[in-house]
Amino acid sequence: MLEPRDAAELAEIVADAAARGRKLELRGGGTKADFGAPREAVVVSLAGLTGVVDYDPAELVLTVRAGTPLAEVQALVAAEGQMLAFEPWGEPGATIGGTIAAGVAGSRRVTAGSARDHLLGLMAVSGRGEVFVAGAKVVKNVTGYDLPKLMAGSWGRIGAMADLTVKVLPVPREVVTLAARGLSPEAAHAAMACALGSNAEVSAAAALSDGTVLLRVAGFAPSVAARCAALPGLLAGHCGLARLEDAAPLWQQAMTGEGLKGAVRWDVHLPPRAAPALIAALPAGAEWAMDWGGGRVWVCCDAEDDAVRQLAAGLGGEARLVAAPEAMRERVPAFHLRAKGVAALEARVRRSFDPAGVFVTGRFPEDADADAVLA
Amino acid sequence: MSIAMPVPDAETLAKRERIARALRAIVPGEGVIDAPEALRPWESDGLTAYRQPPMLVVLPETTAQVSAVLKWCHAEGVKVVPRGAGTSLSGGALPLADAVLLGLGKFKRVLEVDYEDRVAVVQPGVTNLAITQAVEGRGFYYAPDPSSQIACTIGGNVAENSGGVHCLKYGLTTNNVLGVEIVMMDGEIVRLGGRHLDPCGLDLLGVVVGSEGLLGVVTEVTVRILPKPETARAVLVGFPDAEQAGACVAQVIAEGIIPAGMEMMDRPAIHAAEAFVQVGYPLDVGALLIVEVDGPAAECDFLIGEIARIAGANGAVTSRVSENEAERMAFWAGRKAAFPAVGRISPDYLCMDGTIPRRRLPDVLRRMEELSAEYGLRVANVFHAGDGNLHPLILYDANVPGELDKAEAFGADILRLCVSVGGVLTGEHGVGIEKRDLMPEMFSEADLKQQQRVKCAFDPELLLNPGKVFPVLHRCAELGRMHVHHGALPHPELPRF
Repeated sequence: MLEPRDAAELAEIVADAAARGRKLELRGGGTKADFGAPREAVVVSLAGLTGVVDYDPAELVLTVRAGTPLAEVQALVAAEGQMLAFEPWGEPGATIGGTIAAGVAGSRRVTAGSARDHLLGLMAVSGRGEVFVAGAKVVKNVTGYDLPKLMAGSWGRIGAMADLTVKVLPVPREVVTLAARGLSPEAAHAAMACALGSNAEVSAAAALSDGTVLLRVAGFAPSVAARCAALPGLLAGHCGLARLEDAAPLWQQAMTGEGLKGAVRWDVHLPPRAAPALIAALPAGAEWAMDWGGGRVWVCCDAEDDAVRQLAAGLGGEARLVAAPEAMRERVPAFHLRAKGVAALEARVRRSFDPAGVFVTGRFPEDADADAVLA
Repeated sequence: MSIAMPVPDAETLAKRERIARALRAIVPGEGVIDAPEALRPWESDGLTAYRQPPMLVVLPETTAQVSAVLKWCHAEGVKVVPRGAGTSLSGGALPLADAVLLGLGKFKRVLEVDYEDRVAVVQPGVTNLAITQAVEGRGFYYAPDPSSQIACTIGGNVAENSGGVHCLKYGLTTNNVLGVEIVMMDGEIVRLGGRHLDPCGLDLLGVVVGSEGLLGVVTEVTVRILPKPETARAVLVGFPDAEQAGACVAQVIAEGIIPAGMEMMDRPAIHAAEAFVQVGYPLDVGALLIVEVDGPAAECDFLIGEIARIAGANGAVTSRVSENEAERMAFWAGRKAAFPAVGRISPDYLCMDGTIPRRRLPDVLRRMEELSAEYGLRVANVFHAGDGNLHPLILYDANVPGELDKAEAFGADILRLCVSVGGVLTGEHGVGIEKRDLMPEMFSEADLKQQQRVKCAFDPELLLNPGKVFPVLHRCAELGRMHVHHGALPHPELPRF
């Protein structure tokens, strides 16, 4: 494992690999190493690039080295009454860079946006071994192409972030969860759609398979009180609502899919209105949880085939394979495959950063396939 | 007129009639404009100091026509400049003498609204405001609200990643678009994103938004619509100077309040606006803040109280809270009329658009005053205070020989100043041609080359909107090479402007 201490060393490592035709796997904390196909590649750990570069809470902007542990970043901003509003989450050891490169976002994503929406700028090393900067360290900027968008969710396929700048926002003063019980998936989705479409400013909405629906109301105390008072009336046609204390474990379940049983785990993103149909058609024994008002459904089962992916595709959505036995990961790609034209364009964009294919490690087999077509 | 455009290609100009015939075969009827007098209305966008009639204009009505036009132009090596409503303030839609101007104005339909999933699918020629008008009957709206929202189109908003006064709380275009259909320069139709969140693969949608018409032509847009806030209230606060107003803004944010809008005006801007619309702005203050909050009435009432308290603690000398909708609109009327108001006190003005870290505001304003004295040109400032986005308006008279050049030089100095304090060249207007030659102030050659390589992945022949955004046109083949030596410019034969 290679462990660069700064961007210059990182650039040297990548340039050298590009010149010698070697492959590199970029890694933050290594907590998602089992995502994607099994492969053998030299790992470059970015965990040595740590520390805060600049943080002025009043500017709503934080610049940190990419290998800084996510938990440290969260503690740092929490001490100033701020947060990463896309609600990133991860295993202990996850880094801020790895979390953003994996496009991780929590329950708040439905209203506050994802990692892509909060990554403002970066300094990175491309597959050419060149250091480049993109975006900026201010919250409002349209100077040049928005390359940070490409880097968020790129899974180490185009470059390695060394520094990154994220937007931070104030932590709501008060957070209340209102819950309904005993709803079918259809009724749960309808209730969440009604709540998210109302002006009661629900910031997150999730549903569990036991029929529980969770609605999060956050903000200043008088506002939270007014909205909590209004919501039961707004949802009167759908369900009753009651204030739920200690809701964190339930939110955690909906946000991460944890607690669902099965060796195979899918993360399905789809138009929220299609979520009940997806759930109704799941293979027998499959377990599920809905987040993002139904726009995300975690599915766990033991079946080692891609029936869930086919189902998602048929409903206008897509499925990521997030956990599976090695044999299945060998066979079934982690990502939903893109349409042909999009795949070709994506390959050209990827190669504009990484012409030698340094980061094509076999983790995402479709990349090597696309490169073969281009060549 | 200090910004040079690429030299027109004589071969292309020579085949103009054949190009017109070929495009008429694709877009019949009135869809192709080539009479010289009919091209005049198309010669400029919102950056009116620059004018250039296009070679010809084509106004397709279907995605298939857009695709066929681009495919034909691609095969023939003819450049294309896409255009929405032509309200760009940076010259993003400025025509080229040897390029086809592709207008999307006939794509005017709202295709579908899904209230349950809170998305609307619209054609690119639909105006920003028309999206809100299409959904407001059901209590929804489209959040980004650039000041040109009556006229500017959603396709242009996607190209420019447009913002607006509410973007601190609600985000820019990029945060409110879920998917697009684009036609690439070779005619291929591609759909990026869709009606679900965070699709697999590289976020190509994210790089298309804000690409200023250089990567593809947008033919359909899927946007997020939001429930309209229950109510909105504004407070108008006057301060002796901008420093105290800036301190107030910082404290509002430090106390955890993200207002829906927070605008600052300096003394010249206040006076120009008040003279124009007479809305009762205080004239004896050095800086004026308009702070708007929206949401449930209980929240607005609470926050207005908090903001008034913070303003008082930071030396506010006047404070007025809107008691009804008419009063709130009046507070905004002066701010929204700031540009035309300045247009009334000066024959011409240039509107700049830099963003700075807010803590540097006093330094930047002080230095701007010095520059104003050095150049002998007046400047008025309006400022999206919450996010640090400055709009200095430089007053000049185009009829005075050399004054436009002087104003442009002053503007460039202001933008350099923004970059030097850790800010950027453009917060929301785009680079276009206006800030093209300043890009090296913010980005190294390596940074710019990486951006241009992305351009090459979409449009390897560089036929789509050339001459915009990038100060040096590198051929894609040259950019593709792995080892480029730093230092002296390696290719003196390349066009640089």
